[in-house]
Amino acid sequence: MPLLTLSDVGVTRRGNIILEGIDLSLEQNELVTIVGPNGSGKTTLLRVIIGALAPSQGRVSHDASLSIGYVPQRLHIDPTLPMTVARFMALPQRHSSDAVRRALEQADAAGLADRQMAGLSGGQFQRVLLARALLTSPDLLILDEANQGLDHRGTAEFYRQLARVKRELGCGVLMVSHELHVVMRASDRVVCLNGRICCQGPPDTVAGSSAYRDLLGVDERDAVAFYRHDHAPEEALS
Amino acid sequence: MMLDDFLVRAALGGTGVALAAAPLGCFVVWRRMAYFGDATAHAAILGVALSLVLSTSLFAGVLAVSLLMALAVSLLSGRGYAMDTLLGVTAHAALAFGLVAVSFVSGVRIDLMGYLVGDILAVSRQDLAIIWGGALMVLGLLSWRWPALLTSTLNPDLAHAAGINPKREQLVLTLSLALVVAVAIKVVGVLLIAALLIIPAATARPFSRTPERMAMAAAAIGVLSANGGLVAAYRFDTPTGPTIVCIATLLFLCTSLAGACRVRSRPARSER
Repeated sequence: MPLLTLSDVGVTRRGNIILEGIDLSLEQNELVTIVGPNGSGKTTLLRVIIGALAPSQGRVSHDASLSIGYVPQRLHIDPTLPMTVARFMALPQRHSSDAVRRALEQADAAGLADRQMAGLSGGQFQRVLLARALLTSPDLLILDEANQGLDHRGTAEFYRQLARVKRELGCGVLMVSHELHVVMRASDRVVCLNGRICCQGPPDTVAGSSAYRDLLGVDERDAVAFYRHDHAPEEALS
Repeated sequence: MMLDDFLVRAALGGTGVALAAAPLGCFVVWRRMAYFGDATAHAAILGVALSLVLSTSLFAGVLAVSLLMALAVSLLSGRGYAMDTLLGVTAHAALAFGLVAVSFVSGVRIDLMGYLVGDILAVSRQDLAIIWGGALMVLGLLSWRWPALLTSTLNPDLAHAAGINPKREQLVLTLSLALVVAVAIKVVGVLLIAALLIIPAATARPFSRTPERMAMAAAAIGVLSANGGLVAAYRFDTPTGPTIVCIATLLFLCTSLAGACRVRSRPARSER
């Protein structure tokens, strides 16, 4: 049974169609990536899924007990708000210090608990956000361009982390990303979005489809680079 | 009895208001709602006029008008005008309309200054009951909703994902703000209520590591300012409300200077 199902979901804002006819289901233990150009409705889709935005049509159905771990695109913490990492982890619910330590370790953020959120580097901040999302042992982990502020290497590391977390927790993972090459290798399924779903499937199939190339403007050189990476040794993911 | 002494009543009134205003003020600072607090407070003078015309209790009139004002601003925000423009219009419009409306109330002798800068020395036993009732209600609301309020202050989407409705939490703050304005009008007056919200919170910021400590430190600083201001006003024969704000500002200067020195003497820790 899928964790979450969207049937014919559409979002219209001020007369503009942002999303239409979205049919999508997410399975347990599956890592799904949404790719698409700017303004294609990626973030809107995530906001519908976490319940921050009611769809104008269609419906989102999931088990009432589904717990979602959410990692936002960026989180601005006002400088007037003092916040240690440990306190941030305990929002909105407090957890045992053991659980907090474990989550920080899982996200490779151990030892940061006493630091101020404002003093963290981009990569540390992102790992703390991930750790917080992991605290509740979510059934579904949702990440909105969680690699912002990370360089290429940092992004690759972050995704390896995600794949490991998914294996450990057995949760579903849904993310939005721009980093096509890395995404392609880490994902079980890729969804191309541009207001509607243009194509979806296993990374190889999608990368070879013309819809994907048209949508993201991947030219031959990029494709070559992509295939060369694809034949790299597998240990990168383990 | 002890409460017969007007100074004791004033001290208790100031303490009650400061205890409620300071933690709420932290949210006002964190969410950048300072002007919002001003607008709500300035609307109170219109509430004064209305309660005189309708001869209802001052507290009820001020509470109702402040609440309406806060709700109206919340609803109007994000619809055409920038928030600061909208608040700039409503805050001063409310004050102006309130002052004009008060002038229409004939036959009643009104001490307008008393409402603008407060008259803490005239706090009666009944006022004390209202102040402490309102203050405890605000503190109760805040501690009940604290985790949800804090999460939605950080990020609305983060709140949604945790099953919290940020709009409802905004409403809790709006209601608390109206309550604080209604109980504080007697103590510091409509012009200075925002100071009692913001200055203690800003004073507490440099030496606070968590939101909870900042709220508690702000409450302590608020109480200290209220009582210190009262003593200073009594000794130097100055207006009490403004003296309280002056003391709070002096404390703010002390901690922000200390904070700046500490940052300079201790180089920022490296990233890793």
